[in-house]
Amino acid sequence: MRRLQKELLNLTTDPPPGVTVDPEEIGDNLSEWTVSVAGPASSLYEGETFRLNFRFSQKYPFDSPEVVFMRPNIPVHPHIYSNGHICLSILTDDWSPALSVASVCLSITSMLSSCKDKKRPPDDAFYVKTCNKNPKKTRWWYHDDTV
Amino acid sequence: MAQHGRSAAPASPCLAMDSDGDLQYDEDSADDDMVYDNDSGNESSGDEVDFDEHRPGPSTAHEVELAAEDAPFQVLSVQEIVDFMVVEINEVNEVAQLPRTTIRILLNHFNWDKEKLLERLYDTDQEQLFLEAHVVSPHITGTASQAPRVNSRVGAVPTEECEICLTVRPSAEMSGLACGHRFCAACWCEYLTTKVMDDGVGQTISCAAHGCDILVDDETVLRLVSEPRVLARYQHLITNSFVECNRYLCWCPTPDCGYALKVPNPDCRPVTCKCGHKFCFACREAWHDPVRCHLIKRWLKKCDDDSETFNWISANTKECPKCSVTIEKDGGCNHMVCKNQSCRADFCWVCLGSWEPHGSSWYSCNRYDEDEARAARDAQEKSRAVLNRYLFYCNRYMNHMQSLKFENKLYASVKEKMEEMQQHNMSWIEVQFLKKAVDILCSCRVTLMYTYVFAYYLRKNNQSAIFEVREPEGPGAMHLRCSQSIWSGTSLRRTWSTSNRKVQDKYRYCEGRRKALLEHVHEGYERDWWVYND
Ligand SMILES: [Zn+2]
Ligand SMILES: [Zn+2]
Ligand SMILES: [Zn+2]
Ligand SMILES: [Zn+2]
Ligand SMILES: [Zn+2]
Ligand SMILES: [Zn+2]
Repeated sequence: MRRLQKELLNLTTDPPPGVTVDPEEIGDNLSEWTVSVAGPASSLYEGETFRLNFRFSQKYPFDSPEVVFMRPNIPVHPHIYSNGHICLSILTDDWSPALSVASVCLSITSMLSSCKDKKRPPDDAFYVKTCNKNPKKTRWWYHDDTV
Repeated sequence: MAQHGRSAAPASPCLAMDSDGDLQYDEDSADDDMVYDNDSGNESSGDEVDFDEHRPGPSTAHEVELAAEDAPFQVLSVQEIVDFMVVEINEVNEVAQLPRTTIRILLNHFNWDKEKLLERLYDTDQEQLFLEAHVVSPHITGTASQAPRVNSRVGAVPTEECEICLTVRPSAEMSGLACGHRFCAACWCEYLTTKVMDDGVGQTISCAAHGCDILVDDETVLRLVSEPRVLARYQHLITNSFVECNRYLCWCPTPDCGYALKVPNPDCRPVTCKCGHKFCFACREAWHDPVRCHLIKRWLKKCDDDSETFNWISANTKECPKCSVTIEKDGGCNHMVCKNQSCRADFCWVCLGSWEPHGSSWYSCNRYDEDEARAARDAQEKSRAVLNRYLFYCNRYMNHMQSLKFENKLYASVKEKMEEMQQHNMSWIEVQFLKKAVDILCSCRVTLMYTYVFAYYLRKNNQSAIFEVREPEGPGAMHLRCSQSIWSGTSLRRTWSTSNRKVQDKYRYCEGRRKALLEHVHEGYERDWWVYND
């Protein structure tokens, strides 16, 4: 958990653009965070603000965090399901302990920036009905990142 | 006829051939019962019996196996697998001047096919090869992509920040692979431990840096991890991937056995593990001569899908004469109404004709010979014939399988007899014929069991005639004769010398028939005699 303390310190003192975290909102044991991400400038999401929920296991950073968008404002995006689950490979298969909350937020921001068409994934209705509550339990096959 | 020698019509090795003609099927089954009744009184039955414990020195038993079954193979313990792996690495190392750790990763990339690797090393762009196998090219000297961010003032101990724990550490504590990504020893250790213990990855752990696919070599793992539990699991994962990738190796399929088998050619052939299990190297099923791998797979799947239910269906159900849905009779009266909602046909269970003309005769049918009923039953019979044919072969196959499960009991009771005989002035060697007889009995059972499978799939043609099973003449009679001989042999202790010869004659005869049968089927394979049903 020492690492989470350092990450929190870095994130409050020197946050990446558009990312804000309120330490008041985070419990003492640091195992669950809420992070705000602003819709990137000159993207389809400009002006919107989204909230991400991070959950960390005891094994973090060797185990990836569980990351979902929080209701009510879940971005309409081809890789984001209406229940907030995100199809992003660094959150499961491609996770590395050298990644951090900040780098996850940056990846998500760049995912939003590159979106050209605001729509839900084609399998949204089915996925949301059948998926596990924990997105890490999903066997994702990763969509083309360039979409 | 101009043709001599081997003519198109082969000499029939039919197992049922019995010159004495002294046995009938009923007698045989009674004899079979006798064998097991005999065992049931034996409390030690079911335990594994070791015949070797009285054996003086090396085996004197003569070989009865087929020549093909003697082809060389090796049983390897885990340590021997590791040794073999090292030999393979060294062999490549002798030709290709590369670090052993790199060779291991390259070999794994090529599924431990040395020739393929060497070919690639000489024939094509080596740098492309290293890229594909996720190793840093050993030809590039100096640290590659990322120079460590060393923070050194004059006189101070150089330090670096570890990107995982976000702490600043003395550079001496930091290390990494040839890709140049460096982390502290504690973080490496935890990273590797998580990969090995939680993700079950051994041979293909990549660098801890994000987006770096360079693989961690075994020496690095051994250097950074010290917990024996983790190292043991790592060793296991490595040997497992070595065995699974290697075409010439396979694990013994017996649960918890742990031995691997090594063959010079990965063909369909029998191998026998140290645990005693004899199986086919190509398909890993129990050795199934004379059936070929693809048919035994099909058969086993069929048995899995159909067993139990088929027997029950055949006895307790009929198909609806209108829609062919399977119907179970659940009441006393003959008036059946099809459960299929879109059919709801009314018919009579006895004659299968439509119910209407039966009126109110609920319990007795007097329309059995009417044309309509007859036609309905004919149609039913056709579908039943297919089922019955399967059941015929399946039952016989299952019976042998069941009997083989009693093999240990049989061995136990034979062992007892042998001891008894040794107390009556017979030497250890002299009583071995009894064990031999049981060995042959068992191998005959196995061969017969699989011959039923072979026969089931065989399409009728000129060559297939000898496999058409006709009870009591069928091959099933043979093992029973064999076992009866054994038992009459053992009971005639007073005249043991003659019965000994008799038993030996019998089992040699049986073994001869068994071999002839196998040879015949194999000859058929070579000459393309066999055609299969779909
Ligand atoms: Zn560290
Ligand atoms: Zn690396
Ligand atoms: Zn074994
Ligand atoms: Zn096979
Ligand atoms: Zn029906
Ligand atoms: Zn009737």
